[in-house]
Amino acid sequence: MDYVLNFDVIWRNLDRLAYGLEIDLYLAIVSIFMGSLIGLVTAFALLSKHRTYRVIANIYVTIIRNVPLLIIVLFVYFGLPDVGLTFGQFESFIFSLTIYAGAYLSQVFRGGILAIPKGVSEAGMALGMSNLQINVFVILPIMFKSVLPAMSNNYISLFKDASIAAVLAVPELTYQTRKINTDTFRVIEAWTAGCLIYVATCYLIALILRQFERRLAIPK
Amino acid sequence: MGNGGFLSELVISRNDLFYGFYITVLVSLISIVVGTILGVLVGVVLTYGNLPARFLARFYTDVIRGIPSLVLILTFFYVLSVIGINLNALQAGIYSLCIFCSAHVAEMLRGGLQNVHVGQTEAAKALGFSFRQTFTFILMPQALRQVLPTWINTAIETLKGSSLVSIIGVQELILSTQQIIARNFLTMQFYALAGLLYFIACFSIERFGKYLEKKVAIK
Repeated sequence: MDYVLNFDVIWRNLDRLAYGLEIDLYLAIVSIFMGSLIGLVTAFALLSKHRTYRVIANIYVTIIRNVPLLIIVLFVYFGLPDVGLTFGQFESFIFSLTIYAGAYLSQVFRGGILAIPKGVSEAGMALGMSNLQINVFVILPIMFKSVLPAMSNNYISLFKDASIAAVLAVPELTYQTRKINTDTFRVIEAWTAGCLIYVATCYLIALILRQFERRLAIPK
Repeated sequence: MGNGGFLSELVISRNDLFYGFYITVLVSLISIVVGTILGVLVGVVLTYGNLPARFLARFYTDVIRGIPSLVLILTFFYVLSVIGINLNALQAGIYSLCIFCSAHVAEMLRGGLQNVHVGQTEAAKALGFSFRQTFTFILMPQALRQVLPTWINTAIETLKGSSLVSIIGVQELILSTQQIIARNFLTMQFYALAGLLYFIACFSIERFGKYLEKKVAIK
């Protein structure tokens, strides 16, 4: 084995890696934001009094959670053009990750809503609030605080899932790492750097979200 | 171009699909079983090991859990061959999924073991159980029952993660599907079919998990 480590390549390509990370974060943040909205609506649908809403939401969540993200991405990018729906790589990946995120986050939100004691919404009713008002002004704020830890975990794994965009040749971190690998043949250096950036970023996201949790925690 | 109906194409490509599905199931099954065994060992070290061992186990689980599974697979595939370990794509894929699964199982087991009430250990001590006895007869059964739902989730995630080994060229369900599509251009139909097969596999695990949960629940 005559492999001499030479990390110069990484320093020279640092801007590429940084750009890749930026794209990953962009993909993740946009998808997480829209996914959270879908997840929220789905969570209320899952707990709705109307059977139709419950059934539709259940089908959506069950299907998406039991199919790999890669299949969804490939289906959206390569399959949907068959019926005239053509999107760019970015749009179709964000669309796929949003749908995927929505299904996962709906479960988190559902758990949070169920954990709220019934007396809280009854208190809202006693004050003459409408159903919508109770949900928006009473249930939502309490639910958000209680689901923050579970939500953080999901956010981090969705950020990691953004790496799958490399399959569509979106120039994100995994794609850049692989490119450095094939361009320079500095295999060990490239993948060490790639892995390190992912681990560090996940750690940072966890740290920031924990700070957030602490600040918003319900005082005991 | 063979652009016939979906059904006739399905008949033509049935063997490729079966083979792909078989490899997917094989890769997932090995990864889940080996990953679980490895994960239980790491999890025990994570909970009861001495300081250096615990530090190492913590480092292992945190680093692996911070790396996306796709990156883990690619890293194994490219790096191991450079440092003189010659693996084919299938082996590299299985190894990386085992490692992925083990880190998640380890963290989950640690949570489960630490959630068993202290009183249980104290009661065992009062009855004169050794640590090994306490662990095998008191702690483990309770922890395993508790982490069962999470473990089922990890198994499903591993099965879904196995789709990513197609990227390093393992002939599993996705790669087979892509080859079939390259032949007949029925893109939507065959991706949907692959999705359906994944769904069936994952959903069966989920149902089996629910059944197991009911079976081991304390009445």
